[in-house]
Amino acid sequence: MSFVGIFKNRTGIEKEIDNFLDLASESGLIFIQGVNAYLLNKLESFDEHLTHVVETEKKADTLRRSIEDLLYRKTLIPESRGDVLKLIERMDALLGQFKGVMFRIEIERPTIARRFHDDLKSLNNCAVQSVEAMILSLRAYFKDIGKVADHMHKVIFWETEADKASTHLQKEVFRDDKLALDMKMQLRDLIKHIDGIADQAEDMADSLAIYVIKRSL
Amino acid sequence: MFLFFLSSGMFLGWSLGANDASNVFGTAVGSRMLRFRTAATLCCLFVIIGAVISGAGATQTLGKLGAVNAVAGAFVVAFSAALSVYLMTLARYPVSTSQAIVGAIIGWNLFSGSPTDSNALFKIIMTWIACPLLSGVIAVISYKIVSFAIRKLNVHMFKLDEMTRYGLLLMGMFGSFALGANNIANVVGVFLPVSPFNDMVLFGGWHFSAAQQLFLIGSLAISLGVITYSRRVMETVGNKIFQLSPLMAFVAVWAHSVVLFLFASQHLEQLLISLGLPPVPLVPVSSSQAIVGAVVGMGLIKGKHNIRWRTVGGIAGSWVTTPIFAFVISFVLLFVLQNVFQQTVYRL
Repeated sequence: MSFVGIFKNRTGIEKEIDNFLDLASESGLIFIQGVNAYLLNKLESFDEHLTHVVETEKKADTLRRSIEDLLYRKTLIPESRGDVLKLIERMDALLGQFKGVMFRIEIERPTIARRFHDDLKSLNNCAVQSVEAMILSLRAYFKDIGKVADHMHKVIFWETEADKASTHLQKEVFRDDKLALDMKMQLRDLIKHIDGIADQAEDMADSLAIYVIKRSL
Repeated sequence: MFLFFLSSGMFLGWSLGANDASNVFGTAVGSRMLRFRTAATLCCLFVIIGAVISGAGATQTLGKLGAVNAVAGAFVVAFSAALSVYLMTLARYPVSTSQAIVGAIIGWNLFSGSPTDSNALFKIIMTWIACPLLSGVIAVISYKIVSFAIRKLNVHMFKLDEMTRYGLLLMGMFGSFALGANNIANVVGVFLPVSPFNDMVLFGGWHFSAAQQLFLIGSLAISLGVITYSRRVMETVGNKIFQLSPLMAFVAVWAHSVVLFLFASQHLEQLLISLGLPPVPLVPVSSSQAIVGAVVGMGLIKGKHNIRWRTVGGIAGSWVTTPIFAFVISFVLLFVLQNVFQQTVYRL
């Protein structure tokens, strides 16, 4: 590989990583909009958001492959390459989780009583905020490593909030006498699936904390 | 006949090129930040420039230690140094060509009954101790400054990667120049008093001295070592050093190059004298020991436990064993050449 070639590609990869993180952030927003549309029984709008999140995930996949290719083929950041690849792959998996929850709703079409809507919205918000804080931590990891801690504690905060919201909602569901057991179990799986997004964001934050120590000067 | 005797110097130059090029370009090549071909080309070019332009200073100090006055004697001195370097490398001992040649010259002095300039010897030994220490201090200060600047400037990870690559390239060129300037004395320094070359004036009125012609030949031998054998050493040593992080490796090469340059630059010596400051002695020093000094220095910043003290002890031990080994080989071979092959190894 020529020396000039390495530099030409570097601006490209910086832009690609930024675009990839933009898509991850967008997925969270689409997810919230989509689930809200479903709760309002606007199924057409939900389908549109589902299609949007699938497209976003596809674009993110293409970018992820391109980033991996550039990192390895152009032998960029040799000391942090493995860590960056893991972070990008795990962020891509998080993005896939948003799509996964929406597909689950599309396939199962669960009946969600109005009395659970606020709690579910709150849980969704906690999950999306934890991912958003993770994205900000990741941007800081690339651009301003000293600022990573400023964002990373928020991931943990939102994950704890998501746990609280999830536990509360599951209690509400199982203590509701009007719901049949099968419906309770269906809602529990959906709640756990959403809560899992925040858990994954927290795991990623734990790994990032170690990668930051590795890069500290 | 002179060219035949010069072959031992060429052998020494070849082994120096094969081993020491890794100190300046090992990180960049080992981490695949730079292609071997690019690194080798730049290394050869700058070693030649450094040797021809700035090689005279350290050679003069070596000449004061002992002016080998017969070509067969010079052959044995260079061959003994090369052989001890080769054998000690084979035994996996860290080795320095600078220390080997000094031991071999003292062997010739003793065999020929010539006095050894104790002042020059003391200056050389002090420099060997000062070289890794100075390199370590420069590395620590430079690393602190560089890491502070990076923290303050909030450099993007990929921008930092780009800057490190440029830095390794520039330091590689500077390091090669310094290596050529400082270590050419080891390769052909002993042949200088018996050189048959005459001064030349080339087109454009450029004065090409007899010493520079010899330095050019010596640096070509170093280049041959770089091209033919340094790749594997670069890949091995580079990966070992690379574990420090490319930024630390950049600082290590920088500190190494500054030290080699300090102990080779006549211009710097003149500048210090003109400023009324004590001059830095111009002495061939070990490139490997300079880089190890820098690495140990930076390792100390991160804590004592990061350093393999056994390796450091082995290197310090080689300061004593290498010159003694070369001294013994030189003395024995001079005896053999004089008494078995009936060659004049010194003139009265």
